[in-house]
Amino acid sequence: MIKRTNLISRTYDLPNGYSLAAYESVGGYKSARKALAMSRDQVVAEVRAANIRGRGGAGFPCGVKWGFMPKNSNKPHYLIVNADEGEPGTFKDRTIMEKNPHLVIEGCIIGCYGIGAHAAYIYVRDELHLSKERLWQAIHEARKAGYLGQKPLGFDYPVEVYVHTGAGAYICGEETSLLNSLEGRRGEPRLKPPFPAQVGAFGCPSTVNNLETIAAVPLVFELGGDHFSQLSELHYLKDGGTRLFGVSGHVKNPGIFECAVGLTLRELVYDLGGGPPPGTKVLGVIPGGSSCPILRPEDVVHAPDSSSPLHPWHGKPAFDVPMGVDTYRALGTMLGTCCAIVLSDKADPVLAFHNLMRFYRHESCGQCTPCREGTGWIERILDKLIAGEATMADVDLLHEIASNIMGNTICAFGEGAAMPVLGFVQKFRPELEAYVKSKGKSGTGRLAL
Amino acid sequence: MPFALTPEREREFADILSRYPNKMAATIPVLHLCQEQNGWISDDVIAFVAQRLEVSTAHVQGVVTFYTLFNQKPVGKHTIWVCRTLSCALRGADDVLRHCEKRLGIHEGETTKDGKITLKTAECLAACGQAPMMQVDKTFHENLTLAEVDRILDNLRKS
Ligand SMILES: Cc1cc2nc3c(=O)[nH]c(=O)nc-3n(C[C@H](O)[C@H](O)[C@H](O)COP(=O)(O)O)c2cc1C
Ligand code: SF4
Ligand code: FES
Repeated sequence: MIKRTNLISRTYDLPNGYSLAAYESVGGYKSARKALAMSRDQVVAEVRAANIRGRGGAGFPCGVKWGFMPKNSNKPHYLIVNADEGEPGTFKDRTIMEKNPHLVIEGCIIGCYGIGAHAAYIYVRDELHLSKERLWQAIHEARKAGYLGQKPLGFDYPVEVYVHTGAGAYICGEETSLLNSLEGRRGEPRLKPPFPAQVGAFGCPSTVNNLETIAAVPLVFELGGDHFSQLSELHYLKDGGTRLFGVSGHVKNPGIFECAVGLTLRELVYDLGGGPPPGTKVLGVIPGGSSCPILRPEDVVHAPDSSSPLHPWHGKPAFDVPMGVDTYRALGTMLGTCCAIVLSDKADPVLAFHNLMRFYRHESCGQCTPCREGTGWIERILDKLIAGEATMADVDLLHEIASNIMGNTICAFGEGAAMPVLGFVQKFRPELEAYVKSKGKSGTGRLAL
Repeated sequence: MPFALTPEREREFADILSRYPNKMAATIPVLHLCQEQNGWISDDVIAFVAQRLEVSTAHVQGVVTFYTLFNQKPVGKHTIWVCRTLSCALRGADDVLRHCEKRLGIHEGETTKDGKITLKTAECLAACGQAPMMQVDKTFHENLTLAEVDRILDNLRKS
């Protein structure tokens, strides 16, 4: 069911909606006042009750993550906000930074308090110049108003917020790579454990959260954790609240829409996105950023087991399953960043596959052999396929290489590159084989309409 | 000649250092600051950053070569990045890129003879819903048509 909400985006359409005045006109900074009057444990408990699943891709519960932070360490703690926003198809965090940056700052104040930190770094990819400018402006305004600094909002709990920038590397969105980049190093992921909550930024306990996750935090204290969670239709799966849904590619009305969790892909693509352009049909949808295996309109849910989170939709189209972290995992794909890319039947799926694999080959940091070499092989096989020089064995080889990346790498980039390969090979095998048989002449040969 | 920051950028340098618990953490922001002034990261810039942040030149070199936005050689006065990742490709990024190449008479990765414009491709720039798009210096141009691309290129040539 479509339940449009206007919490994260409530300043988006106000004049100068990014200013402190606009933010306060809709109740801004009241949540931080409430939270800072509570105990640290109460704050974490409230966030836990809100069931905010991480908005950065993995869907880990925010409150649980905050609970991993040590209680009695004598080292400083840090809150790291991930606004690297590099996952292809994802363009949601940017709207918050540009149009409601104070929501992020307020989230940082509460977040710092909840995890015992006195400083937050917002890691923004360098290309987002307007986002950085708006965040800095919000920080300066908040500091001037006495909402940051030694006594934020009059409470005896110092908080500073800084913007840190990357320099063009998708891998820096991965949390340990991001930490290295924040420390002034090459953005190469670190082995885990230790996890950031033990050894994070500058060797100190740290929490890394996606920017939209942090933006949800003030809403939790405005509505109360339970109430926030219950906005969602998947509240019973501990997948709560409201979030930003994006849709791009072959739809009439691409964009970002704030809705309660529980929206279906069909609603996102056809109702909010306006459906495919005239004269075309939907061929497939990559649901939540490029790492998530593609879904096709003819996919049907198979979940006869009543303990599966998908059981209520057994026998129904996959497009009609509410978009949640666990429902989508059970579907064999992922919710990821909740930003869908739509391919119509005018787009050649083999070229789409190739486009994404070029991206992964280009962005692998090169530390692990299976990832560095595997992404290169996959791209070269697809080069051959498109040039009409591949054999049937090459199609199987794609599957094999991807399977060998899975589970054999330092970071989740490896899986992120391998899963779409397995998805494309499974869902578009006939198209891949037709390319072999026709010597590269079978598809539409285009991605654009 | 050794590299030095302008007085105004020196103030910004001090401000950047104040944000971090140690000097090394300032490496990326300081490299950006230097590149803004110098246009690219020369050996002199690397020596300057290493000395001021008390890290080795090898460390700075390692950082510079890791990140695509640091120019390891001089570039044009303006840089265009055309996003070519899937959402943009589905809405005509290839046509935008080919059109730029034709109008500028250069290939992707090259700079026009007058040193004015460098043309590059980029991976997803978080504007997928406004595809196709390109970034020109610090500005995003979204929902591009070829006529719009022409207008942007004409303005750049004049500037
Ligand atoms: C290759 C790779 C790229 C990632 N890129 C991003 C990103 O751009 N933004 C983000 O928030 N998380 C990204 N993540 C996920 C982060 O590692 C981390 O899980 C997330 O920031 C945690 O925040 P959350 O729990 O609030 O979602 C990426 C992960 C991987 C493996
Ligand atoms: S999986 Fe890939 S991106 Fe991640 S550390 Fe290994 S080589 Fe680097
Ligand atoms: S694919 Fe071009 S901005 Fe995302």
